[in-house]
Amino acid sequence: MDELSLYVLDIAMNSVRAGATEILIELDDDGEWITFTVTDNGCGMTDEQLKKLSDPFFTTRKTRKVGLGIPFLKMLAEMTGGNVNIKSVSEKISKNHGTTITARFCKNHIDFIPIGDMTQTVITLIQGSPNINFTFRHVMPDKTVYLSCAELHKILGDISLAEPEILTWIGSYLNEQYSSVK
Amino acid sequence: MKSLEELMAIKAKMQDKIAVRTSTSDIRIVVGMATCGIAAGARPVLNAFVEGINAEKLEDKVTVTQTGCIGICQYEPVVEVYEKDKEKVTYVKMTPERAKEVIEKHIKGGNPVAEYTIGATQIAK
Repeated sequence: MDELSLYVLDIAMNSVRAGATEILIELDDDGEWITFTVTDNGCGMTDEQLKKLSDPFFTTRKTRKVGLGIPFLKMLAEMTGGNVNIKSVSEKISKNHGTTITARFCKNHIDFIPIGDMTQTVITLIQGSPNINFTFRHVMPDKTVYLSCAELHKILGDISLAEPEILTWIGSYLNEQYSSVK
Repeated sequence: MKSLEELMAIKAKMQDKIAVRTSTSDIRIVVGMATCGIAAGARPVLNAFVEGINAEKLEDKVTVTQTGCIGICQYEPVVEVYEKDKEKVTYVKMTPERAKEVIEKHIKGGNPVAEYTIGATQIAK
């Protein structure tokens, strides 16, 4: 994967598959380091699953025998001198279950990749799961880009966020926030 | 500047349109969006379908949805087309350009683009 936004999409998809109803995606860019965090209220993982997570030959899916999402993220983070941290509470253990995954990247490292099209990533997530309350926040040194699906749901009532008109609006809403940075 | 007020205006415009919409779509386009799909370029393919179906005003007849890994990662991006009373068509190694062609020839024209299907790709190898 050649842009960070694809890693963000891939990792957030794990939260979707974990049955989360609330998914918070945050990127905090201080000019030197980017901290990427996904927090969800999905089914969570047991300690045993957590231990195996960066093993490419561990996956819970049944259609193939390898799971590369987390190993990819870990490799990219560590290549730039950063790291990945995962905390999870399984639904088997507590009612307050869910997962938080944090990855840090050094922006100026030669092995870091372009951030890419974050708007397309958010649009893709909403298109696939219009009922999930995604919150997206991208903090940059001079600007913050923000979207809350819960706020949109409040305005739109029973109109799906996956309606083409709504997706188009969300896309331009985010792109306008991004372009006002420059 | 886009504002949330603007969204309310869009909502008002959409409500009548959605009321007349039939509940079942005739055609379902499913794009694989697991790690294998994303790494192979499924995101722009998905968006090409979403935008293409919208541009052709086919959204009442066609829905575009996402799925996980279906187990043929080497052929990603994979797109499946389900049509009522017809056999499923599986397109492999898709690109946004191929997506446009599939919309034109298959979704609108009714003729699957054989050269992009998994059958044709396997024979070629």
